[in-house]
Amino acid sequence: MKFTTLVASAALALGLAGGALADDPTKVGFVYVGPVGDGGWTYEHDQGRQAVEAEFGDAVETVFVENVAEGPDAERVMTQMALDGADLIFTTSFGFMDPTINVAAKFPNVKFEHATGYKRADNVSTYSARFYEGRAVQGHIAGKMTESNIIGYIASFPIPEVIRGINSAYLHASKVNPDVEFKIIWVYTWFDPAKEADAAKALIDQGADVVLQHTDSTAPQAAAQEAGNVMTFGQASDMAQYAPYPRVSSIIDNWAPYYVERTRAVMEGTWESVDTWDGIPTGMVEIGEITDAVPAEVKAEAEAMIEAMRTGEYHPFTGPINKQDGSAWLAEGEVADDGTLAGMNFYIEGVDGDIPQ
Amino acid sequence: MIRIEARPQPSAVMAYATPVLAVVLTMIFGGVLFAALGKDPLQAIATIFWEPLFGEFAFFYRPQLLIKGAPLVLIAIGLALGFRAGIWNIGAEGQYIVGAICGAGAGLAFYPTESVLIFPLMVLAGALGGWAWAMIPAVLKVKFGTNEILVSLMLVYVAEQLLASMSLGLLKNPEGFGFPGSRNLQQYPSAHNAEIISGTGMHWGVVAALIAVIFAYVLLTRHRLGFAIRVTGEAPRAAKFGGVNPGRLVLFCLGMSGLLAGLAGMFEVAGPAGQISIDFNVGYGFTAIIVAFLGRLNPLGIVAAGLLMALTYIGGDIAQSQLGLPAAAIQVFQGMLLFFLLALDVMTNYRVRFGRVEVA
Repeated sequence: MKFTTLVASAALALGLAGGALADDPTKVGFVYVGPVGDGGWTYEHDQGRQAVEAEFGDAVETVFVENVAEGPDAERVMTQMALDGADLIFTTSFGFMDPTINVAAKFPNVKFEHATGYKRADNVSTYSARFYEGRAVQGHIAGKMTESNIIGYIASFPIPEVIRGINSAYLHASKVNPDVEFKIIWVYTWFDPAKEADAAKALIDQGADVVLQHTDSTAPQAAAQEAGNVMTFGQASDMAQYAPYPRVSSIIDNWAPYYVERTRAVMEGTWESVDTWDGIPTGMVEIGEITDAVPAEVKAEAEAMIEAMRTGEYHPFTGPINKQDGSAWLAEGEVADDGTLAGMNFYIEGVDGDIPQ
Repeated sequence: MIRIEARPQPSAVMAYATPVLAVVLTMIFGGVLFAALGKDPLQAIATIFWEPLFGEFAFFYRPQLLIKGAPLVLIAIGLALGFRAGIWNIGAEGQYIVGAICGAGAGLAFYPTESVLIFPLMVLAGALGGWAWAMIPAVLKVKFGTNEILVSLMLVYVAEQLLASMSLGLLKNPEGFGFPGSRNLQQYPSAHNAEIISGTGMHWGVVAALIAVIFAYVLLTRHRLGFAIRVTGEAPRAAKFGGVNPGRLVLFCLGMSGLLAGLAGMFEVAGPAGQISIDFNVGYGFTAIIVAFLGRLNPLGIVAAGLLMALTYIGGDIAQSQLGLPAAAIQVFQGMLLFFLLALDVMTNYRVRFGRVEVA
């Protein structure tokens, strides 16, 4: 019990100090799984951190630690931030879930926000983005643009988020092009330029003229550029350095509004534990500029779809949709519920291959 | 003029002085690096080396040194036995993973039964798993003369794929909503490698590391087998004439280092990490190679080196958060340590002579 007592007394001392110095800046910590220069996932979280600084100026102090491994290292870094007086800590990787819950239990007065997980507590919120809305737009453009009818997909890990993305992209590609075929390569990494480049080349060799990626580096963009006639989409970040071609559009994770709003809630004392899953309507998911490499007519259709999702008129998973084995999933006009989407572990009808086990 | 000439005998003084010199040089050049990044070098070095040991929250960081250092020491001890004999196991990372999978698997097979027998069984399974993974390069080397460096290293990537498969398939938490990763062993009391005394960081892995250090020390200084290991490394031909069976030595050294790496993985997954997940391994198996050499392949030296590496990791993370140092700068700092150590190693076997060359 010694540790708990010590932490409790340290937390108490900090709490008292905090109370005595009410003008102290609110301290916000960020724990990153990758380097801030990855150009994708962690880069966008760090943009969010900078937005918090820009919004509140001297009233906040932000700190971050990058390249944090999951497990005991993450737990130590979070504990250290809490001991150093952080009021709010964002932990921005799925693998930080259990460490976040553990540390949060020791520091009941510190607020935690865990990205993409499913475990909450009184002082732990969860948040994620509906990336599959962006995948619908990509699928539509890819289905229209492919000439070989082969679309390559670089998938990271067979988890619900990635499977949702594949299903959403396939659904909308096959809607506009019934002959379309998806070739999927699992690379088992979120960020590894060498592996991603190899996967992109393998897909291009197999005849793919559109490559979608659920990994964070720009290596597939570079591989497509080299091949010359292959289209790509930016992932997590805009990757605009490869526009207008091969990168014809992108899914951008925009965490800034959420981070600013949650920091404000802590400053004003209105913070509560919530589960947030936002998409295009709130701007958490943004679609990067669709370049002129896409014909005006296709671009207009894509923009209409974005607008329909923004107003809530259209849900990407609207029936009729069957599962891969042919059994019915959604009836005509039926919309997928969040529970099924959150734990999605099946392909929809038409996707080839099995989800790796 | 300056010349470098071979010493007739390796210098004992330099063998002990070079690690210290390497640390001092790393501090100096690391300080220059931090200054170039616009940070106060003294403050940065104090944050890395002083803060975890004697800072305001040392009560939290000191136990963390044991948690971070124990797997490094446990693996490095095993590696050092082989390295002493010129047997190069570079794949401890893979043996660590397989040990963790076997250990966690043995525990989860009995979930949710509670029994005092489960944890010892997990220890056994973890040790066996690591041992078996290391026996692959060992047997291939003895039977077919393959290169154990390549085979053991390549098996790391196989083990990583196995880990991903286990996280997504066989060991996946059935209550995890389809997300990868096993059940958390911290919430399964019979399988949890908890702290023996709360707040000290002292878990069974730390105890195992200490036992391994004593065992290795006695083996190397007092036992016939330890003598065989040392002779084989220093004079392979003499060892052969002396009746050392090189094949058996390969099997022993690789098996032992695999066993210890497997144990480290098992204690890690059952305690600090808690679960099998795709990114469970964080490079302890590779860092342990640095630790083994930093510790001069000497069991006591390895303890010091393991704690020093742990300190730079923990202090490095503090420096990132408090001073805004980039993670890459910390990694360069750690890299300098190995670089200076290896560079200064020259001084053990060679000496610098000033003055004119005497013409005989």
